[in-house]
Amino acid sequence: MRPVVVAGVGMIPFERRDEDSLVDMLAMAGWNAMEDAQLGDRSIDAVYVGNMASGLFNHQESVASALVDRLGLMPAAAERIENGPASGGSAVKNGFLGVASGFYDIVLVVGGEKMREVIGPKATDVVACMTHPQAEYIYGVTLPALAGMFTRLYMEKYGVTHEHLAMVAIKNQENGLLNPYAHIQMKITMEGILTHPQAHINSPIVADPLRLYDCCPVSDGAAAILITTEEIAQKLKRPIVTIAGVGQATDTHTLQERSDPTDLRAVRISSQQAFKMAGLKPKDIHVAELHDAFTILEIAESEHVGFFSKGKGAKALADGETRIDGKLPINPSGGLKARGHPVGATGVAQIVELVWQLRGEAGERQVKDASNGFSLNFGGFGNNVLAFVLRREA
Amino acid sequence: MEISRHWRLKRQRYALIGEVCPHCQKKIFPPRDICPECSEDARTLYQFSGRGEVYSYTTVYQAPSGYEANAPYTVALVKLVEGPMLTAQLTDLGDEPIEVGMPVEMVTRKLRSDGERGMLVYGYKFRPRLIEASE
Repeated sequence: MRPVVVAGVGMIPFERRDEDSLVDMLAMAGWNAMEDAQLGDRSIDAVYVGNMASGLFNHQESVASALVDRLGLMPAAAERIENGPASGGSAVKNGFLGVASGFYDIVLVVGGEKMREVIGPKATDVVACMTHPQAEYIYGVTLPALAGMFTRLYMEKYGVTHEHLAMVAIKNQENGLLNPYAHIQMKITMEGILTHPQAHINSPIVADPLRLYDCCPVSDGAAAILITTEEIAQKLKRPIVTIAGVGQATDTHTLQERSDPTDLRAVRISSQQAFKMAGLKPKDIHVAELHDAFTILEIAESEHVGFFSKGKGAKALADGETRIDGKLPINPSGGLKARGHPVGATGVAQIVELVWQLRGEAGERQVKDASNGFSLNFGGFGNNVLAFVLRREA
Repeated sequence: MEISRHWRLKRQRYALIGEVCPHCQKKIFPPRDICPECSEDARTLYQFSGRGEVYSYTTVYQAPSGYEANAPYTVALVKLVEGPMLTAQLTDLGDEPIEVGMPVEMVTRKLRSDGERGMLVYGYKFRPRLIEASE
C-alpha cells in the first residue's frame, strides 16, 4: 500500500440550508476542498460521495453522477457510498483504498445530507429506517430510543449521571461557538438544561433518560477532502497530513442480540485496527473527533477507543481532560452535538476538522501542538463503525 | 402495496414463533435461518412462551411519523425466559412504575394504523405479568 495524503479539505456551514439542494451543497464542499489543495491542471480520477438517504430525504438517487457533472469532473469515476451515519467514513475509506492500492492518484471524497427538506418526525422516521425492520422499526424504535435504553444501562453499570451527560453537551456547544461551520451557536448552562426546576422546558425528554440537549440537531451540510499520493502532495506545497490508520468493524444489526448491550464491540475493534496500522497507541493521540450523536456516546466511545479505561470516561470529562485546553481534547469542532449531524457528511467533516487541527489552521479552537489525530464514525447503533488515525508529517 | 411485508411475518408477530438451532440448541428470535451462535443451518420452528422481564427501557416522547398518535410510548428490551432478548413496546402499564427486572408477558395489540385507507398492523407488545406462571 502507498501512503495516502489529505491534500485538500473543505466544508460549508452546517445549518438549515433552505436555499441549497443536496447537490448544491456537495458541489460547494467539493469545490472548497479542490481550492484548498491547489491542484492546478491535475485531474481528479474518482469521486466518492458519502450519503445515507437522498432517496427518502430528497427524492433523488445517483447523486455521485450528478456531482461529477455539476463540478465538470467527467470522465472521473463516481459512486455513492451508503453506510448509515457512517456513510462519510465509508466514503473516506473507499477513497483511501483507491489511492493506497495504486489504482487512482487523485480522489475527491464528499459527504453530505440534506435532512431539513422533510419535517422533524419524517426525518426521525428516515433515520429509524436503518434499524431492523421486523425486530425494531415496527415497534416504534428510533435511534434516540436505542440510545435511551443504552444510556440507562450504561448509567447503572458505570455510575454515569445526568450531570455527566449535560457536561458533554455544555463542552461541545462551547466549542461550537468557536467553529464558524457549527450549526448550533449557543452557550448553554447546567442550570438551564438540567438543574433548574423549569429546565425541562428548555430541554424536554426525547427518549428518557435522554433529553433534547443530549441529542444532536437535524442539519443540512456537506464536507469534502481531496486525497492523493505523497509524491503529488509534495508538489502541491500544502502541509502533509497522512491517513496513517484505518479500521472498520461490524456488530449485530440489533442492540437486542448483543450479549452485553453496553459493550461497543465494533468501536473497540475498529479503533484497535486503526492504531495498529498507524503504529500508534491511544496515548499518542493529541486531538480526537468522536461520534457524539447522543451525549452518552462521547463518554462510552472515549472508553472503548482506549483513551480512558472502562467507567473512567465520565470522570475524565468532569475533570476537564477533554476540553480544548485539556490533556486530550475531544470534539474541539463541537462534535455532532454542536457542529450538527447531516448523517452522510459527518465522517468526512471529522477528517476535515482533524486536518485543520493538525495543520494549525483551526483558529480559535486550535489544539496546541497537535500532530496525531483520531476520528470515530459510528454507523447504525454501533453496528458498523469506522476509525481513522491522521498524522502530520514533519 | 406493502401488505406482503407484514403478512409474511404473521407467525413471529402473532405467535412469537422463532427458531431453535438443531446443532447447538440456541433459541433464535426473530427467525433468521442461520444460527448466530454456530453459523449452521437453523430452520426448526420454536414457539416462545411470551414470558420475560424488562432488561432496559425508554419512553419515547418524540415519535417518528406513523407513531405520533401513540406518543409517549415505552419501548423495552425484554429478556425472554427462554434466553433471547427482543425489542417491543410495553402496554397496560397503568400507574405502575416501570422497573428493570419487572416480569412481563406478551399480548397482541395494534402497532400502527396508516390512515383511513391504510393498513392496521398488529403484533406483540408486553404487559406487566398478571399471574406468576409456574415454570
